[in-house]
Amino acid sequence: MKIVVCVEQVPDTETRIRVAPEGNRIVEQDLTWIVSPFDEFAIEAALRIKEQKGGEVVLVSLGPDRVQSALRTGLAMGADSALHVKDAAFEGSDTLAIARGLAAAIRTVAPVDLVLTGQQGVGGDHSQIPGLLAEMLDLPQVTVAVKLSVEDGKATVEREIEGARETWETALPAVISTQKGLNEPRYASLKGIMAAKKKPITVKDASALGLDPGALGPKTRVLALEMPAARPAVKMIEGDPETQARELMRLLHEEAQVI
Amino acid sequence: MAAIVTFAEQREGRLRRSSLEAVSEARRLAGPLKATVATVVVGPKAAGLAPELASYGADRVHAFEDGGTYATETYAAALADVIAAAKPTAVFIPFTAMGKDMAPRVAAKVGAGLVSDCVALTLADGRLRARRPVYAGKAYATVAWEGDPQMATLRPNVFSLGTPDASRKAEVVAGPLAGSARARVIRVEASAGGKVELSEAQVIVSGGRGLRGPENFHLVTALGEAFGAAVGASRAVVDAGWVEHQMQVGQTGKTVSPTLYIACGISGAIQHLAGMSSSKCIVAINKDPDAPIFKVANYGIVGDVFEILPRLTAAAKAYFASK
Repeated sequence: MKIVVCVEQVPDTETRIRVAPEGNRIVEQDLTWIVSPFDEFAIEAALRIKEQKGGEVVLVSLGPDRVQSALRTGLAMGADSALHVKDAAFEGSDTLAIARGLAAAIRTVAPVDLVLTGQQGVGGDHSQIPGLLAEMLDLPQVTVAVKLSVEDGKATVEREIEGARETWETALPAVISTQKGLNEPRYASLKGIMAAKKKPITVKDASALGLDPGALGPKTRVLALEMPAARPAVKMIEGDPETQARELMRLLHEEAQVI
Repeated sequence: MAAIVTFAEQREGRLRRSSLEAVSEARRLAGPLKATVATVVVGPKAAGLAPELASYGADRVHAFEDGGTYATETYAAALADVIAAAKPTAVFIPFTAMGKDMAPRVAAKVGAGLVSDCVALTLADGRLRARRPVYAGKAYATVAWEGDPQMATLRPNVFSLGTPDASRKAEVVAGPLAGSARARVIRVEASAGGKVELSEAQVIVSGGRGLRGPENFHLVTALGEAFGAAVGASRAVVDAGWVEHQMQVGQTGKTVSPTLYIACGISGAIQHLAGMSSSKCIVAINKDPDAPIFKVANYGIVGDVFEILPRLTAAAKAYFASK
């Protein structure tokens, strides 16, 4: 099986976000960058399928030079090769343009049996890439997978929805997006890290992928980024536990009026 | 005349509240945009849901009859066809599990810009502007669209519900749902015990490492039951395997904004605060007075969760029993 995993590099979830002076993007300087946690589940799922059934795992990432460190992380975990889509035309682009770039990159390694990616990129939090990719590649999709098994040209996937769990069956190839709970991503071993240094990362720009850089203009634009409104000062409730419990109920009812 | 198209999700013949929120928001904007509101609904007896959709503001209901379960490809095709014909200025879809799954597919079909998880929509010179959390709420973005349709998914529980007017009528366009899907639902199992869904809950009680072990988490669950609340957890206790991962609140879990959020034994890591600090009222119970959770809380109790939680549970039971 040939499995493509789309990987996004994102700021570490433990970092504080600061708005840049231009006001519509974050300060990238001094950020720690990681593989989007949801994409780690996708890499792990791909590696487990490969270990079971044989085949090849190809990583694809779109972004500036720094994303190569995310690709190296995936290669160190065990992926075989990586494609880096890099073009100034994607700077300030939106999900639609990014999906076009990823879809074009996936076509260059076709035929592909399975495309895996995180159910959302941490940060942008759009949850759009899996569905956009599936439509652009004319593939079926199953999103937010917490269980996945692959056999004989089809996949069985479980996903959680409000108050229920759905089991889906899809023909392959398909796009499947991964959610926490699917697996425990492995850490790269020292041997893996050494091996990753020798694995190929192919860099392609928009024209090399057959895309017209001028046609990648965004359909949505971030006008402003701001920090959330400050929360009111905390009111500490004193007394013994019994008093604190009663006083809290009174405040929730009389003052906050939330019960 | 301009149009706004909304998608209404029904499960088991009932419209989700978030679908009515989307219709209400479309109705609110239809005046200034001089637009009509068309709503797409799919399912068995879909046309039967038209009166309710009309009462919240739909002028036209496209009812696609289908006896099967949700399927991304056929639902997306139906909505995309309506969009292609109506050429709307805006499309609103609830940011539910279904909407989240379907909306990008529709956006790719019609080549629209899609803004996810909007928490507010405003108008500037006849164009929409969306406000949405990024980095799970560590920051908020204001986003504008180039061209039409301006497609948005709306966070449930945030947009207000209009006042239904039973005298409002909608034109109903009914027909079967066409096409076939390569990915299909073969089984649906309801979650055990009719648990309240975190992302839709009005009240959430969450527990963290302060509970010291999974054997004590029942104190949080009991408090949740007393409040009729959904029960959440911090990443630390999810990663430690105390509770199921779908209970995680925070940047790699669920982002929530209930009316009341009670954090028990949660210190307040950045990624947790990101996921819950847009809650209306936050209560923090923690033994460490310097815990970061108190910086976002409205009410704080410094104390031992083992002392406080049982008493608070009893006080809550007494309060709700007296109502």
